[in-house]
Amino acid sequence: MKRYSGFSLLKNALSYHENWQKVWRSPKPKKEYDVIVVGGGGHGLATAYYLAKVHGITNVAVVEKGYLGGGNTARNTTIIRSNYLWDEAAQLYELSLKLWEGLSKELNYNVMFSQRGVLNLGHNLQDMRDIERRVNANRLNGIDGEVVTPERVKEIAPLINISRDSRYPILGASWQPRGGTARHDAVAWGYARGADALGVDMIQQTEVTGIRRKDGAVIGVETTNGFIGARKVACVTAGSSGVVAAMAGLRLPVESRPLQALVSEPVKPCLDTVVMSNAVHGYISQSDKGDLVIGAGVDSYNGYGQRGSFNVIEHTVQAICELFPAFSRVQMNRQWGGIVDTCPDACPIISKTSVDGLYFNCGWGTGGFKATPGSGFVFADTVANDRPHPLAEAFNIGRFNSGALIDEHGAAGVAH
Amino acid sequence: MLQIYCPHCQELRSEEEFSCGGEAHIARPLAPETLTDEEWGDYLFFRKNPRGIHHEMWYHVTGCRRYFNATRNTVTYEILETYKVGTQPSIVGEGV
Repeated sequence: MKRYSGFSLLKNALSYHENWQKVWRSPKPKKEYDVIVVGGGGHGLATAYYLAKVHGITNVAVVEKGYLGGGNTARNTTIIRSNYLWDEAAQLYELSLKLWEGLSKELNYNVMFSQRGVLNLGHNLQDMRDIERRVNANRLNGIDGEVVTPERVKEIAPLINISRDSRYPILGASWQPRGGTARHDAVAWGYARGADALGVDMIQQTEVTGIRRKDGAVIGVETTNGFIGARKVACVTAGSSGVVAAMAGLRLPVESRPLQALVSEPVKPCLDTVVMSNAVHGYISQSDKGDLVIGAGVDSYNGYGQRGSFNVIEHTVQAICELFPAFSRVQMNRQWGGIVDTCPDACPIISKTSVDGLYFNCGWGTGGFKATPGSGFVFADTVANDRPHPLAEAFNIGRFNSGALIDEHGAAGVAH
Repeated sequence: MLQIYCPHCQELRSEEEFSCGGEAHIARPLAPETLTDEEWGDYLFFRKNPRGIHHEMWYHVTGCRRYFNATRNTVTYEILETYKVGTQPSIVGEGV
């Protein structure tokens, strides 16, 4: 892999940028791999990268039905934070946030991680109590956070409406300065480039259609391009997890739902932080390009169609206009939906399964993007050592039978 | 936005009047105290989540406030039929 640098930019300028090395190869699949990662989104690519980098397992393929990072990685609103309530979740997301902080350097790829801070607004007394409890829990876990007043909110985001006369007045917020956003595509491409350089094969346009087993253990996957053997199969297929699980005769406690987002026309810089609100249900940030990036809620029904209902968008835009009256004149450019795999406790499943050599990393629901590095890190460790990583242990699938759920509806709520 | 036919009101109404209650035809265990942890967890949390034909409950929350079932395709979102609770769907087929 040729390193990216100021020097390489100058050098390639001399040849009109026509001779850049391909970011990853497009090899023919081998007969057999040590590990096949099903799903070439951010989480899957991060898993492959850490398998090769940390655990030295380089005979790995990432099998992707479309193109790399083309699913929810390309559809989310790129918000990163780690202010979750419960210890298990907070530590997992905090590991992720720490990895984000060094990611561009680690991958030699600019993921445009911008720690612009995240505000979670409170609009009523109970919101504020929950926020105080969550911030206190965060600080005990070594995660930055503070409870701020409406006046401080106004300082951080001057366009916001803190009038006491609004329908849902802002009474305060939690503020995580280390949170922020990153460039979604760059994360997938950076991990893919890093994994490829370590010998991982990226197999695109190849859909897994079956999981072949023998004596209760995985021996490979059937794909639209034929059978590929594998000693271990790691599924990281987000919205399609239920479908992939069914191929191995398993059921999951996940339901796949459409989650929508929209962006406006590009406007001059006016919002240099992330603002989210559970109560009025909306969240917003401004991309480096200038678009306002707005996230909506999930639809109430299951769906795989990668689109949702208009009333959900309408509801979110109402909330945004209430928070930022100035944005009522901004025109929206595009709207889309992604299929998220929601879990009953709003926490992921990172787990071995009842089939030997088959692992699942799914159920991230509405908030998986922020966890991309940490998810890949602990899942790679789980797959490589055939036992849960200490931080992944609480997220095993058995919790839905034992009852040891990790209820993050408060912190995950709207805040994707 | 979906247009949903409520079999109680016998009218086609906008999705905003309804709320989806998830997978239909899950029978509440008659003797919950005899269930193992696996069976109880399975009843509470594990779902079919098919890509394709899905039978699900809907609640006409701002209308008649009654539950009914619908058969819907989870890819095209087309609602193939709605029917009252206690009756069986006329369209069956496994999702893929």
